[in-house]
Amino acid sequence: MSGPRGDGIETYHDPQQRMGFFTDTSVCIGCKACEVACKEWNAVPEDGLLFTAESYDNTGELGANTWRHVAFVEQRVETKDDTTDAMRWLMSSDVCKHCTHAACLDVCPTGALFRTEFGTVVVQEDVCNGCGYCIPACPFGVLDRREIEDDGRVWKCTLCYDRLGDGMTPACAKACPTESIQFGPLDELRGRADARVAELRDAGEQDARLYGADASDGVGGFGAFFLLLDEPEVYGLPPDPVVTTRDLPEMWRAVGAAALGLAGAVALSMVGRRGCPPQTARAETPTTAVRS
Amino acid sequence: MPSTDRTSRDSYYGRPILKEPVWKPEVGLYLFTGGLAGASASLSLAARLTGNRSLARTSSLVAAAAVNVSPLLLVKDLGRPERFLNMLRVFKPTSPMSVGSWLLAVSGAAQSAAATCELLDVLPAVRDGAQACSGLLGPPLATYTAALLSDTAVPVWHEARRELPAVFAASSCASAGAAATLIGNDRATGPARRLALLGAGVELIATDIMERRLGLLGEPYRQGGAGRYARAAKTATAFGLGVTALGRGRLRRAGAALILGGAALQRFAIFEAGKASARDPRYTVAVQKQHVG
Repeated sequence: MSGPRGDGIETYHDPQQRMGFFTDTSVCIGCKACEVACKEWNAVPEDGLLFTAESYDNTGELGANTWRHVAFVEQRVETKDDTTDAMRWLMSSDVCKHCTHAACLDVCPTGALFRTEFGTVVVQEDVCNGCGYCIPACPFGVLDRREIEDDGRVWKCTLCYDRLGDGMTPACAKACPTESIQFGPLDELRGRADARVAELRDAGEQDARLYGADASDGVGGFGAFFLLLDEPEVYGLPPDPVVTTRDLPEMWRAVGAAALGLAGAVALSMVGRRGCPPQTARAETPTTAVRS
Repeated sequence: MPSTDRTSRDSYYGRPILKEPVWKPEVGLYLFTGGLAGASASLSLAARLTGNRSLARTSSLVAAAAVNVSPLLLVKDLGRPERFLNMLRVFKPTSPMSVGSWLLAVSGAAQSAAATCELLDVLPAVRDGAQACSGLLGPPLATYTAALLSDTAVPVWHEARRELPAVFAASSCASAGAAATLIGNDRATGPARRLALLGAGVELIATDIMERRLGLLGEPYRQGGAGRYARAAKTATAFGLGVTALGRGRLRRAGAALILGGAALQRFAIFEAGKASARDPRYTVAVQKQHVG
């Protein structure tokens, strides 16, 4: 991990407060204003308005050209007396998690991915050479290569780095009509989220839980965390994401041992006859032994 | 609250949680050529040190060819090939790809210098120095790609992080030994033949251990494209091992070719199994639920 000690902001001369998103999915109405505002502000290209047959979802997943993705989960609900067949909709606006320990940032070989002074994770479009390593490194499948317009680079949510620099709210949070997407200092958001979960549980929504608010989870907590009403995988999110580089010391040790083994095998193979067993037994006379 | 139907609860419309790696088959091929280059460079150095000039020359040329093809394959796979030099913009130990780029750049230059001196039969001191450099960087060059794959969220790669380097090391030994046996002079390739046999044997065993330890995640190695590659790899390597051990002359060379092909197929099996495991959200969830307990 590049930042096992802190979230990375501490390396700046003028560190800012760590900023993030709290997406409260319990009040999301699926309007997709966030998707549209994000596309508008960040000039993210259109990537096919598809009929996916997956409820009202037509973008499907986060990717190079979708930095906010609204998921529509349809679930059948059994009512108490079991007489009517009802359904419920879970709607959730997904986004890059801006992990405290970000695998994409750790594995990026060019340094295109970096930690901003706000603690967010951003790709420098003038440095990225499209190697694609961050794509499978991300435990959430957030990053992807832009294959349209001959781009070839990797793109993802910047948490509106340009707007943050001017003290503005990111486009998606600004456009959200229900305050499902809340933007602010991460500490403050976490406090607000705890209160909201308690409120929902009191109201009988026992499945309400925070996702990514715990700084002791596999990625050190998200900079953009969520309030969910069901298991994460229902929304297409991993249940227990881990920053892959957490295990890198173990991997380098295994590589070191294997490399030594390779060297040992090469050395061992030098022991013995110089030539291969000859064509016939008769040719195996001392005269054919060549000292080269 | 009313209880909900659980049928739609294991994934979001069956969509993958992870993004499948965008790497094209060139990268799968590089896993092979990089291993061949690294182990051949070491074999050449060892042959030089033991006075086996013929084998040193053969393996030096094999290593130089493989180490020069490798960056071409990798650059071709980039989304922005003209920015390939950005790979050497920083050095990051947290990124196996960064470490590998430097390894490939340095050993590529050294091996090219050594092979050029070898071909032109000039500057033996430069040749030996360059070969020593490349030969010492060979083992890490052949094995770092295992860390490169393991250091991702891809289930069959990340969960095989302890076994994958051994598979790559053995497969690289098999490749280097087989390549020299195939094109070298019979009177000098005894060590290469032994290395091919040792490598192929360990490759079969290490692969088997890896697939067993993966448990449920071993499934992609038995299904679809990855399964076909895996079966073809094992068949080719096992036959090649037998024929190279027992055969003479042309038959032995045919066996070496089989071992070489088996090693390449093995890398493609691992490459494709990773992609398949990233595509299916079941694997991602299964591993993580185990962690959760």
